[in-house]
Amino acid sequence: MSEILVLVDHVDGAVRKPTLELLTLARRLGEPSAVFLGSGAEQAKDSLAAYGAEKVYAADDSAFVDFLVAPKAEALAQLVGQASPSAVLIPSSPEGKEVAGRLAIKIESGLITDAVDVVAGDSGPEVTKSVFAGNHTVTTSVTRGTPIITVKPNAVTPEEATGAASVEAFTPSISDAAKTARVVERKERKATGRPELTEAAIVVSGGRGTGGDFGPIEAFADSLGAAVGASRAVVDSGWYPHSYQVGQTGKTVSPQLYVAAGISGAIQHRAGMQTSKTILAVNKDDEAPIFELVDFGVVGDLHKVLPQATEEVTKRKG
Amino acid sequence: MKIVVCVKHVPDAAADRSFDASDHTVDRSGVDGLLSELDEYAVEQALTIAEVGDGEVTVLTIGPEQAGDAVRKALQMGADNGVHVSDEAIPGSDAIATSLVLAKAVEKLDYDIVLCGMASTDGEMGVVPAMLAERLGIAQVTYGSELTVDGSTIRLRRDGDVSSETVEASTPAVVSVTDQTPEARYPSFKGIMAAKKKPVESWSLTDLGVDADQVGLASAWSTVLATQARPPRSKGEIVTDEGDGGVKLVQYLASQKFV
Repeated sequence: MSEILVLVDHVDGAVRKPTLELLTLARRLGEPSAVFLGSGAEQAKDSLAAYGAEKVYAADDSAFVDFLVAPKAEALAQLVGQASPSAVLIPSSPEGKEVAGRLAIKIESGLITDAVDVVAGDSGPEVTKSVFAGNHTVTTSVTRGTPIITVKPNAVTPEEATGAASVEAFTPSISDAAKTARVVERKERKATGRPELTEAAIVVSGGRGTGGDFGPIEAFADSLGAAVGASRAVVDSGWYPHSYQVGQTGKTVSPQLYVAAGISGAIQHRAGMQTSKTILAVNKDDEAPIFELVDFGVVGDLHKVLPQATEEVTKRKG
Repeated sequence: MKIVVCVKHVPDAAADRSFDASDHTVDRSGVDGLLSELDEYAVEQALTIAEVGDGEVTVLTIGPEQAGDAVRKALQMGADNGVHVSDEAIPGSDAIATSLVLAKAVEKLDYDIVLCGMASTDGEMGVVPAMLAERLGIAQVTYGSELTVDGSTIRLRRDGDVSSETVEASTPAVVSVTDQTPEARYPSFKGIMAAKKKPVESWSLTDLGVDADQVGLASAWSTVLATQARPPRSKGEIVTDEGDGGVKLVQYLASQKFV
C-alpha cells in the first residue's frame, strides 16, 4: 500500500489533536507514516500508534527548535526523497503552511493549503477547500509531483486504528542556509483550562457589544465547556488577546455550535466562522448581518441574556 | 536600506466574489479591485523602516493593467518607486509560479529586505513569503506581529498557538507582517500629487528570463476540479429578549441536544 507522510504537530512530544485528524485522513489515501521532528518521539509513539501510524520517522536536531521553519522543510524534503510517499499531509498552521510551501519548491510538487476534506480520487487525493470567506467550496487536486496538502483543524473526527508505529530514526543534514532566522526567545502561552479554539466543539465569541467586559462570555463558555473567541474589533481595542481572534486574519473555526455575542457579523468575521454547524447570536441591533446566518438569534443585551443563559444551563445540568 | 514590498491587487473582499465557470479562475469582472488590505501593513512597515534608516522603498506587483492601481496606492502612501510585472502568460498562475516571478524580479533589484503581507485576501494561502525565501536562499522571518530593524538586524515577534517567539535574522531577508502591526497611513494630498511623478517600471517575463510555460493556469502544479457556491443558510428563528431571552436561548440549545 502506498505510504502517506503525516507531519506531527507536537509540544515536546505531546501530540496535538490535528495530527490525529491527519492520520485519520491519511488512512483513506494509504498507509500513514508519522514524521516526528524534535525531541519526544518515544513519548508520542503511543498516541500515533493508536491512530494508525505504521511507522514513525523520527529526527531530532536542535535546529528544529532554534530556527524558524527552514530546517523542518529540509528534513521533510530529504525524507520524501528517501521514502517516496504518495502524499504528504501537514497541519494547516502558519508554520505548517510555510514548511509545506518550502517543501513544494524543494521537491517540485504541487501544494494545496487549508483543506477541509481529503478523499482518495482516481488520480491522487481530491481536496476540498472553503474559499472567499466560506462562501464557496472548491475541489482541487495536485497535478505534479508528490501532493502536499495542509489540512485545517476539525476537518475530520479522529478515529482510532491500531498501527505498529515502528520508530525509524533518520538524520537529516541541515544546511547553514536553513539556520538564518534564529528564535532568540520563546514565551509559552498561559493555559486557560478551556478547549483550544480551533479544536473546540463549541465556541462562544464576544464582539464590540461586550464593551470590553468578557466576564459574561467566559462564564457562558465555561457553562458549556466551550472555547472563547473574539472579533477583530475586540482584539484591535486590546480587550482580548489576538490568539483568540476568529476571522479572516485570525482563526477559522468550524465547531458544532458557534455563539456570537455582540458581534455584528462583518465579512472579516464571517470568514472565520460561517462553516460552523449551528450558529446562535445575541445582539442588540436586530439589523446586524450576523442574524442572516443564525439558526437561532436573540435580539437583546448580551449582558442580560448571557448571564441568564449561564444560570439556566447550570440549573439544567444540575 | 533598500526595501522591496510585494503587493497584490485583489478583488474587494466585501464584494460578492465568484469563479469563472469555464476555467475556475477568480472572476474579476464586475468586482472592484484594490491593494490587498493585508499588504497595506507591509507597505506601512517598509515606510517606517525607511524613515528611520534613510531607506528606499520599491513596490513590486504582478498582475494585469489594473494591478497598477495597487502600486499607485503604495506610491501615494510614500513608497519611492514601483515595478509592475505583467505578461499575458501570467493569469491563472499558482503560488509556485507567483513566487518564481517575484523571485526573479526581486533578484533584478537591489534589496536588503523583501517585505510582504501575511497572505492575500483572495487566495489566502499565506505561503508566498516562505516560497520566496526558499527561492532566494535568504532568511525567512515571517508572520510578524511586531517588527524592528536595527542596522542589519531584523527582529520580529511571531505569535503562535502554543507560544510567542522572538526571531532574529540579518539582512538580506524575506519578512512578512500581520495585521497586528500598526494600521497603514492614508495617502496625504501631497503624497497623491507626488506619486504622479514617481517612476514605475513595466517588466515582462522576457525581462525576467522566465519562460511563458513556467507560469499561468496550464502550468500550475495543482488544478481545480470544481467550484460550488455555498448554499445560503436558511434563516433561523429570531426572538426579542423580553426578560426571558437567556432561557429561550438555552431551550433552543436543549432542543438541539447541546445541553
